Amino acid sequence: MMAHDAQTRQARSWLPHPLMTVLLILIWILLQNSFSLGNLLLGVVLGVLFPLMTASFWPDRPHIRNYGKAVVYFLVVIGDIVTANIQVARLILFARVSSLQPRWLCVPLALTRPEAITLLAGTVTMTPGTVSCDLSADGRHLLVHCLDEPDPEAAVRRIKMRYEARLMEIFE
Amino acid sequence: MIEHALTFAFSAISLALLMNLWSVVRGPSILDRVLAIDTMVINVIALIILYGISERTPVYFEAALIFAMFGFVSTVAYAKFVLRGDIIE
Amino acid sequence: MSILAEAIVSALIIIGAVFLLVGSWGMIRMPELMTRLHAPTKATTLGVGGTLLASIAYFLAAEGVFSIHELLISMFLFLSAPITAHFLAKAYMHSRLKAGELPRPDGKGWSTYDKPAGVESGEAPPRDTL
Repeated sequence: MMAHDAQTRQARSWLPHPLMTVLLILIWILLQNSFSLGNLLLGVVLGVLFPLMTASFWPDRPHIRNYGKAVVYFLVVIGDIVTANIQVARLILFARVSSLQPRWLCVPLALTRPEAITLLAGTVTMTPGTVSCDLSADGRHLLVHCLDEPDPEAAVRRIKMRYEARLMEIFE
Repeated sequence: MIEHALTFAFSAISLALLMNLWSVVRGPSILDRVLAIDTMVINVIALIILYGISERTPVYFEAALIFAMFGFVSTVAYAKFVLRGDIIE
Repeated sequence: MSILAEAIVSALIIIGAVFLLVGSWGMIRMPELMTRLHAPTKATTLGVGGTLLASIAYFLAAEGVFSIHELLISMFLFLSAPITAHFLAKAYMHSRLKAGELPRPDGKGWSTYDKPAGVESGEAPPRDTL
């Protein structure tokens, strides 16, 4: 048990952020736009070096519980971005400006982890007719601006059911 | 077929850039102008990518990437200037 | 290059260009900054996304090169667009709105107006907020 602990601590000190390492290797290969052993090796060196050098900026690891659900969430958001684009384009082209009902919403948050709240705010900005504008000082409410929303309560419910519940399952 | 699509896209994006220029001139506030310049940068990224397609070469990719990063950083710097009256504190 | 591949690339180019045009048009048409903010942040992500997908498809079909580094730009734009919009909205709130014009959360107010816990009022705000 002790030996195992020491081993994981060793791994942690050399690879403080394994996910970030994988991501950096992937970005390096994408940036070179060709896959070869040399590129992969250089990518691994950079991927180990950068997290080590910047470890003091990121004291905590993001805690992802369920990777399958994260992939599902990603696909749902991509689909919503496409519908959001079409919806907003229709509003811009055909809606009368005076008939738009822009509104401010106050969404109470059940999420507590900063990375989950960041993801939720980003998702809200990218999806149908909503932009996240501010977080309350205690981090428990999100201020959202809607382009055209006749029913504010339904919009809050939609954000909570569609995105927050999924993020809850992924992160907390 | 691709040539016609590219001609259409070049005219559409040029028109979009002219509209952005109009938004920059009209304002009325600094933030409207910042938003217009940010959109302009995004249009320029698309223009560079399409130019790469029409020239059949991927060498313009890096230019587009640098525009993406530079546009983002400058927009955040402008917004922060409006928020705090200072960029580097 | 087959007709099908050409059609797909042309369609992606046209979709991208149309969304970019609509985004810029929306910025002119909408009456004030908060509604203007919606037009570019949404319409341009799919606009640039369409042209980038067209570029991937074109190089795959015409040159036989599987070039996916375009994904890097779209990834970066998808990460940065919400942050840009968030900053512009915060700056707008700071310069134009008062806390009373917004819905009030229970507990502490919005962080643009209210200082986070542990900061004395009247003092300069701490450096790491924002």
